[in-house]
Amino acid sequence: MSEVKKFLYVNRKAPYGTIYALESLEVVLIGAAFEQDVALAFLDDGVYQLAKGQATDEVGMKNFSPTYKALGDYDVNKIYVEQESLDARGLTLDDLLPLTYEDEDDDWAEKDSIKVVSAAELAEIMDQSDVVLSF
Amino acid sequence: MSQLHTVNKSPLDRGALESAVNHAMKGSAILMIEDGVYGAMNGTSKSSIVSDAMGDISFYVMGPDLKARGIDEARLIPGIKVVDYSGFVALAAEHKATQSWL
Repeated sequence: MSEVKKFLYVNRKAPYGTIYALESLEVVLIGAAFEQDVALAFLDDGVYQLAKGQATDEVGMKNFSPTYKALGDYDVNKIYVEQESLDARGLTLDDLLPLTYEDEDDDWAEKDSIKVVSAAELAEIMDQSDVVLSF
Repeated sequence: MSQLHTVNKSPLDRGALESAVNHAMKGSAILMIEDGVYGAMNGTSKSSIVSDAMGDISFYVMGPDLKARGIDEARLIPGIKVVDYSGFVALAAEHKATQSWL
């Protein structure tokens, strides 16, 4: 298989209340083995998945938010977060986990993986994807 | 005795919170649990659902679910009381019946 495809994982649901957020993250990590051109989109309630400060002891569930920080190591460094979804929820980039990756083409400089985009920009990204998995 | 209404989904995802508020009699209670706790946050496009009804209905939110989602109590709509699991039990016992808005 020599052709690399543009994969997009679309996340629209909040974490913990349903299993979608965790399942999506696990598929991304497993799918990383196929070395395709992967991007993640967080919009609507999906932006809540990236919120800082998750502490799950009292609900008896595993806190999987630290796993988002590992995405950079799996060469997943295009994480699109929709501006309009943040605005509707009273959130800013500061409320989100600081996700980074090391750019091998730039002397391993640490860069931000999260790119805040408008709904219009996200629509274009969605339109140009070859494979879209929605959660 | 009045009813206890529980809401377990985010108002930005589903109309359950709005419907519950529209159907809760004055003097009853609404408890936000699981993803429903997002309805307790101030500064969202849906915060007015709760703040407009604050005088008529007693609003509660599950503390453990807030913490799991990284929501600081300082960001809640004023007037909402945070409860834990035993608080949930107490609310259920104090009300006539519990109605779940899914």
